[in-house]
Amino acid sequence: MNWNTLYIMRHEVLLTVLILYQLIADLSEQTEKKKGVINTTIILFFVYIVIGFIPAQPATLFGNMYISDGLRTLLKNILGFSTLIILLQSSSWLSDPLNQQKIGAFYLTIFSTLMGMFFMISAGDFLMLYLGLELATLPLTLLAAFDKKLRRSAEAGVKLLMSSAVSSAVLLFGLSLMYGIYGTLHFSEIASFTNSSTLSVLSLIFFLSGLGFKLSLVPFHFWTADVYEGAPLSVTTYFSVVSKGAALFTLMLVLHRVFGKQSEIWSTAVYILCIATMVVGNLFALRQKNMKRFLAFSSITQAGFMMLGFMSNDQTGMSTVVYFMMIYGLSNLAVFGVMSIVIYQTGKETIDDLNGFYSTNPRLSLIMLISLFSLAGIPPVAGFFGKFFLFMAVASKEMYILVLIAVINATLSLYYYLLVVKAMFINKNETPIAALSSTIYEKTALALCVTGVVLIGFVSGVYEYIESLMIP
Amino acid sequence: MNPLLILIIIPILTMVSIVMTKDVKYVRIVSAIGMSAQLLFSFILLYWFYHQRSAGNTDPMLFVTTNMWYESFNIQLKFGVDGISVSMILLTSIVTFAGIFVSWQVDFLTKEFFISLILLATGVYGFFISLDLFTMFLFYELAVIPMYLLIGIWGTGPKEYSAMKLTIMLMGGSALLLVGLLGIYFNSAPDGGKLTFDLTEIAKNGIPRSAQMFFFPFTFIGFGVLGALFPFHTWSPDGHASAPTAVSMLHAGVLMKLGGYGCFRVAMYLLPQAAHAMGWIFIILTTISVVYGAFGAIWQKDLKYINAYSSVSHCGLVLFALLMMNETATTGAILQMISHGLMTALFFALIGMIYGRTHTRMINEMGGLMKVIPFLSVVYVIAGLASLGLPGLSGFVAEMTIFVGSFQHTDTFHRVATIVVCSSIVITAVYILRVIGILLLGPIKNDHYLQLTDAKWFEKLGGITLVLAIAIIGIAPLWLSNLLREPLAAILQQIASKL
Repeated sequence: MNWNTLYIMRHEVLLTVLILYQLIADLSEQTEKKKGVINTTIILFFVYIVIGFIPAQPATLFGNMYISDGLRTLLKNILGFSTLIILLQSSSWLSDPLNQQKIGAFYLTIFSTLMGMFFMISAGDFLMLYLGLELATLPLTLLAAFDKKLRRSAEAGVKLLMSSAVSSAVLLFGLSLMYGIYGTLHFSEIASFTNSSTLSVLSLIFFLSGLGFKLSLVPFHFWTADVYEGAPLSVTTYFSVVSKGAALFTLMLVLHRVFGKQSEIWSTAVYILCIATMVVGNLFALRQKNMKRFLAFSSITQAGFMMLGFMSNDQTGMSTVVYFMMIYGLSNLAVFGVMSIVIYQTGKETIDDLNGFYSTNPRLSLIMLISLFSLAGIPPVAGFFGKFFLFMAVASKEMYILVLIAVINATLSLYYYLLVVKAMFINKNETPIAALSSTIYEKTALALCVTGVVLIGFVSGVYEYIESLMIP
Repeated sequence: MNPLLILIIIPILTMVSIVMTKDVKYVRIVSAIGMSAQLLFSFILLYWFYHQRSAGNTDPMLFVTTNMWYESFNIQLKFGVDGISVSMILLTSIVTFAGIFVSWQVDFLTKEFFISLILLATGVYGFFISLDLFTMFLFYELAVIPMYLLIGIWGTGPKEYSAMKLTIMLMGGSALLLVGLLGIYFNSAPDGGKLTFDLTEIAKNGIPRSAQMFFFPFTFIGFGVLGALFPFHTWSPDGHASAPTAVSMLHAGVLMKLGGYGCFRVAMYLLPQAAHAMGWIFIILTTISVVYGAFGAIWQKDLKYINAYSSVSHCGLVLFALLMMNETATTGAILQMISHGLMTALFFALIGMIYGRTHTRMINEMGGLMKVIPFLSVVYVIAGLASLGLPGLSGFVAEMTIFVGSFQHTDTFHRVATIVVCSSIVITAVYILRVIGILLLGPIKNDHYLQLTDAKWFEKLGGITLVLAIAIIGIAPLWLSNLLREPLAAILQQIASKL
């Protein structure tokens, strides 16, 4: 252990520092001074993000258990940046007198789970991956039940705990089978195997099911809508962007880097999961009335789109997955950002409540419009580029039927995104939501997201940077 | 910088200025200035184009610039125009110019209305100058999506239903198109070169026949949905009927032409063998479009529905003529696009103005309007006569060329199809003259109509612009067909060489 080791692990080390700071601040600060903690944490977290972007040489630690390279640093930075946005969005909610007691606990859990996700991404061994996964999951259940006096929040916590426990067990069983087949859990050693057996298909199916829970792929999605609805909105945002992103990135690294040469053992399963997730997510999203549930099903559908990129099993496909996840993250953060302002200030969370929103809050409505169009994949915003490239990745392997199913689903999804647009811009309302004010933190968060959503597509360098990192 | 980009920059600057405008009253003035500049620039472009051609520049595309955008996918920012695109750009700027003046009295969310309208036009301009399939598709979708808000917010009648139906159907069309485009891209280098979205490059390389046969239906139907190809035309009557006046004008006048243009420039140009082999299916469908649309128009009582069905019929004629794949017929098709664009825009403008006065669009409730609003009525008659193909107006030139061209095919199938399509002239005359008879002539049915005032200056300006354009094409069509002959000959030669 030397300074260089610390620098390689700077994401995890700095998060630990932040966690320690929370523990100390929670002990010593008076209740009135709690608001100061929010500001300090956000500033410290921002400093951490800046340090995280400083490039470092690829390296492995702890006997290949921990890998750090350009790609993994980028993935961590995407998750870290999304978390920063969530911290900004949650600031006004946390400074509410009801929640002031729990500021420390909130930051503590959110940083712990983020650290777990970083270990998942950096894992060089399935054991490490599993440890990271558990560290990421258990604090999440705590977060889901954060509004502990609300019945549905408590329900969300229990529901998530149950389903995560089951999914972890399933995943662990998959890993044990894997150990039986390959005699090792090291990524680099498994990657050198080229021949596969029926048992390896079985072990991978268990593994996929385990991660599928986290990614809320159909048919492992049953917890999603209830947990999204029950959890406080900032936590829901975290679920739909950061937690999903971490699971997706891990799956990508495992499928492409570890089982890339044995793609025949997972391609059929992923093909079916893709179609099921897109179709079922879409069908459920069509009839939702509550914005949180609506966004839950919309994010399930989007997970189906993300999986498309895996089908090509090459560098282009994986780059499109990361690129799409990044754009999806920004668009979703913007939608949730607007909804958090609405929900925290008015408590209204159905689509009908948004009727006539444009007449009172034109800026927020426009941000929502742009982000929803990005989610639907309408040009010129970034979502169009993300989806187009995903479809290109699939088409490059001549799977035109899958492309057709995907584009039809994209059109279907446009319908329900337009329903929200219709509510805000077209529907009349005698008593629309009053003009809302937002804090400087919330404005910054929204501005960052919208700038990203509008510009990323036009700047081709973003995609090309991601693709350049894919070369192992 | 490519001078063509000015066509994109002017609308964007106009939109930015509209956002900055404090007083809502000045919004329409800003838009009018912007779109006048755009119209002026379109004429300058036409002049430059002629100038280059007369200077002996025989490149198929002029003002071509290429910039790499996404290197890993070989996506380029490639812009350029030929005679067809220049005439389409001219059409777009005339209709947009008239559209701004016709919507002079929009008073609900004025800023947003003009911004959406100009955004739609931006997409159209971008589409016509793109030579790269990716940017083409981007602009195509950009042109379609503002329709939702334009119809949903400022429309009339069952606007929410119509807006959703139109958007979802057109986006469904573009979903098919996307599959087609990806298929073209991944087969664009059969000799193992670099894959490309570049139109001219793909046409040169040629695509394997088996791939052509698979992707032609996707591409053709994808564009055909926007071109109101039967049986994918059902969005058109509802959408047009509910849309506000200027949007109906732009949509029927310009946006539907994107479909025909794309069918020709992408589907038939890049996939010629499949177009030749499968053309008969689409000839049957377009024949149905033409006759069915015309019959549909006879039965309607709502002025906008009449015109929407008539658009289905006329746009069907465009696709029909394109599928004939000879020089005369395709020249006629492009002429018909322009002629129909101007004529239908004029129709919708007049319907909007009449509706603004009488507050009804049902022909049975109106009568004798010639006596109270003579200007509007006379212009309506001119539009009607152009629509049924009176010599001296643009409709005659276009339809005549189409029928002559398609009769050049000597086989029974094409002959029969042509004869069936020709019958639409008679049906068109029936519904046009019937409407003129009921609406404009005869007794005044409602005393309230006696107080109606005739067109205001901005309405006259919009109407006269379009009438002038129709008359100029009708009286002097040669400059336009000369403009079209060269690019069409080149494209048809290219198609013939690949067969």
